[in-house]
Amino acid sequence: MALLHVTSPHATSSQRTGALMRQVMLATLPGLAVLTWLFGWGTVINVIWAMLIAAAAEAAVLKARGKPVGLYLRDNSALVTAVLLALAIPPTAPWWLTLIGVGSAIILAKQLYGGLGMNPFNPAMVGYVLLLISFPVEMTRWLAPGAAPDLATSWQLFLDRYPGADALTGATPLDSFRTWAGDASALAAEPILQGRFAGLGWEWVNVAFLAGGLYLLWRRIITWHIPVAFLAGLGLCALPFWLYDPVRFASPLFHLFSGAAMFGAFFIATDPVSAATSRWGRLIYAALIGVLIWVIRSLGGYPDAVAFAVLLLNLAAPTIDYYTQPRTYGHDKPKRGTG
Amino acid sequence: MSETASTVDYATLTRNGLWKNNAATVQLLGLCPLLAVTGTVVNALGLGLATMAVLMASNMTVSLIRNVVTPAVRLPAFVMIIAAVVTVIEMVMQAFTFELYEILGIFIPLIVTNCAILGRADAFASKNSPAPAVYDGFIMGLGFLLVLVLLGGMREAVGEGTLFANMHLLFGDMARDWTLTLVGDYRGFLVAILPPGAFIGLGLIIAGKNVIDRWASERAKRLKAPMEKGSRRVRTTGSVS
Repeated sequence: MALLHVTSPHATSSQRTGALMRQVMLATLPGLAVLTWLFGWGTVINVIWAMLIAAAAEAAVLKARGKPVGLYLRDNSALVTAVLLALAIPPTAPWWLTLIGVGSAIILAKQLYGGLGMNPFNPAMVGYVLLLISFPVEMTRWLAPGAAPDLATSWQLFLDRYPGADALTGATPLDSFRTWAGDASALAAEPILQGRFAGLGWEWVNVAFLAGGLYLLWRRIITWHIPVAFLAGLGLCALPFWLYDPVRFASPLFHLFSGAAMFGAFFIATDPVSAATSRWGRLIYAALIGVLIWVIRSLGGYPDAVAFAVLLLNLAAPTIDYYTQPRTYGHDKPKRGTG
Repeated sequence: MSETASTVDYATLTRNGLWKNNAATVQLLGLCPLLAVTGTVVNALGLGLATMAVLMASNMTVSLIRNVVTPAVRLPAFVMIIAAVVTVIEMVMQAFTFELYEILGIFIPLIVTNCAILGRADAFASKNSPAPAVYDGFIMGLGFLLVLVLLGGMREAVGEGTLFANMHLLFGDMARDWTLTLVGDYRGFLVAILPPGAFIGLGLIIAGKNVIDRWASERAKRLKAPMEKGSRRVRTTGSVS
């Protein structure tokens, strides 16, 4: 059973969910490589640890529910959730952070709703938001890009035994811009904001996820609707405000290549289960995510907002689908909301 | 509710209030305070006791005037009685447990809007004499209180790693050292204290109750029908109709 929408021609329609999910994991490799280059081995350790937890949690719940464990594990969806969540959390995360996040994502957000295909919310983002509001200190402990710690330090951080963990800080570009917005000289002095075209280091993370996303598009695993509408929503929202006051509002390019923008556009918002499904529905759904990200980043209380925006639009996806149901061949266009 | 004065059975009332028709887990009434104030055991216990007291007093008053109030105006009359009782309770808490009164804040006056109370007034107290009405209020309040305390305990244990912290707010200075620290040096798990934790916790409690109910009904079915499919028996001659 292929749960992903594949546009015609159906040359690859024999792909099963397991193979598709494997392609998605493959497509995250460029992003994983750049994160490792910038921030050390922490992300790799997190990804492996998260996959182990996800497989164990999925198997345990499936067994408790009396479902065939092997059959459902082979669809690889739990592993994709684990990889996406592990890529989203900081590379300095201790083991228990990943354990709680992935455990809640698989057990609470996915299996308690009925497993793959039944979850109304993106499981990885539920896990992320749960961690972000519960452990704000650990969840914002990013490092300065390029000053990657060695493997031993990353391992100590993972074991939660690194003595100086609390002293580790490193604002992300979005953090810095938020802090210094409105102060032109401070913005010019902040080293992390002096990348080639967006935040230092983080621009390459986004370029890598963009490359992975283009691979998914080329393999027809996702369609263009969600990423394009997502990025257009974010960019077009940022443009007029940046033109109006470039010191207080970041440029569209900065928004598109900072934080989790590309990751969210190609890997998170495109989750076929929790996204809208009709063609227009997907465009509206993703554009609103983009707009909401700009609103929360620029006016809200958090520096980045992909997880919040995606979860809020997950909630709206059934309604969007209801109003954008395509016309059935041979029938008039359905009139919604009038009768 | 079909209980009338002649058929009041205290055992049934007890079973309904505590389990079969529990205000929180079956009727799903009074969820606003249930979800909002169960961050710790002491908050849950404080609000649970206040709700129980209101429920008993309002049930008694409604039962006393049940033959005077006409059906057309009964609901406004019940609401005014409940509001008066809540105001009294609020003043009592303000006088004797001031800190807890400050913590619970708006949720004490909001007991007026707890549908479980109006529901019992209309469904039971207005049709029964005072003694069973007060008992019904007590047992329904107790059922609600137990769920509140269970949820408060779950959220406090997961969220802060303690149990029975700050019980002196309710029981005075002798309760200062009742705090049980479950995990030393606990970093806290904020989501359990925040509203999502209440929803998740209540969902788990209701699921747990349903599991027990299903297990009990299957067991009852098994006991009722001892003959199982496929079991061997002596073949008898003659026709079986």
